[in-house]
Amino acid sequence: MKSGSKKERIAQRIARELRDGFYVNLGIGIPTMVADYIPDGMDITLHSENGMLGIGPYPTEGAMNPDLINAGKETISETPGSSYFGSDLSFAMVRGGHIDLSILGGMQVSETGDLANWMVPGAVVKGMGGAMDLVAGSRRVVVAMMHTSKDGSPKILPECTLPLTGVGVVTMIVTDLAVIEVTKAGLLLTEVAPDTTVDEVREKTGASLRIGDVREMRFAS
Amino acid sequence: MGIQYDPAAMIAGIPDGARIMMGGFGMCGIPENSIALLLESGQKNLTIVSNNAGVDTFGIGLLINNGQVRKMISTYIGENTVLEKLLIEGRIEVDLVPQGTFAERIRAAGAGLGGFFTPTGVGTVVADGKETRELNGKTYVFEEPLHADYAFVKASVGDRKGNLFYRKTTQNFNAVMAMAAKKTIAEVEQLVDAGGIEPESVHTPGLFVDVVYQGANFEKRIEKRTYRTADR
Repeated sequence: MKSGSKKERIAQRIARELRDGFYVNLGIGIPTMVADYIPDGMDITLHSENGMLGIGPYPTEGAMNPDLINAGKETISETPGSSYFGSDLSFAMVRGGHIDLSILGGMQVSETGDLANWMVPGAVVKGMGGAMDLVAGSRRVVVAMMHTSKDGSPKILPECTLPLTGVGVVTMIVTDLAVIEVTKAGLLLTEVAPDTTVDEVREKTGASLRIGDVREMRFAS
Repeated sequence: MGIQYDPAAMIAGIPDGARIMMGGFGMCGIPENSIALLLESGQKNLTIVSNNAGVDTFGIGLLINNGQVRKMISTYIGENTVLEKLLIEGRIEVDLVPQGTFAERIRAAGAGLGGFFTPTGVGTVVADGKETRELNGKTYVFEEPLHADYAFVKASVGDRKGNLFYRKTTQNFNAVMAMAAKKTIAEVEQLVDAGGIEPESVHTPGLFVDVVYQGANFEKRIEKRTYRTADR
């Protein structure tokens, strides 16, 4: 399976975590793709940290408006019931626990739910943007990432080796291979992808996994 | 002094080494006309407080290319490759702040607060050397207010009292920065008489604004042109 379709699958699985009425923040990359799989009829309001609730689909070419962008600096559209506000109020929503779910990319996640996703020592530092606020304040934080790095090394580790974005902030990890919940007793494997096994997931995970009632991963369509 | 309508004298009078806030998120809602005037005046060693650092060919990037910026205080600078190069060569300094902390530090400055405790960044490099406090079982880190000498902001509509209205996502940091500097210079797409903005629709009351003027031209660049074909 190509990595593009693996990423689609991660987004499709995460879409199943959405609940009616949720206010949701989607990060850049795989998380943005979750918007394509919101179940029909479900009331989901997307938050953009640059100051908007109610992100709609990309506009048609003629309707692109430089005054209306998302946090990835892409032109977007509004939906009925959208609202606009300043960055200070936007992050009050985030830190104040008013965002039900944040979905972010990850470089590493530890077995206690620490997340590293903003900085690689030696590489040019681009900045954390809003990621540290989103993980510190959102009610649930789901990390969307490939299970291992391109060289096959594990990204789920006993402890992160990269600089942290937040400590003990992740509630769930969804990868191309598995769904793992972060619990007080450690990482709990709850689902594996159709084309893999519990053993393969264990082998490719650097941290110890408790094996729950493991089901096959299912996807929103 | 009452409100002024010509930014030229104030911008020309900005001293070298000043700290200037600039509103905008990416290229959206940036004070392009005031940046152009600052480029002409040519002050050096400036500290610019802005969420991003523009792109290589526009916005704050123009000031960086012109060698006017000594330091950036930002949350994300990934769209400016010239800045990256200067950073590697040690010719510019960059302070990176989490975006919510950045916004709230600016708000605290404008609101007269001595700082605040936030959960953002606890246990990360951002909290290194800062006071932490446990409140109701949760750890918070102390952050100080972020002031500036000048704020350059951009609004969609302004009236001659300095009241400002921002369309769609252009408000971003503009409204909060207008509160936090000693002098605030607001450029607007449309300048109207007092009463031309419904009082309930004013985002920034004019008391925060020292200069309001209609920008000569607004390029309003789009950083990422994303659109769908009609049938999707």
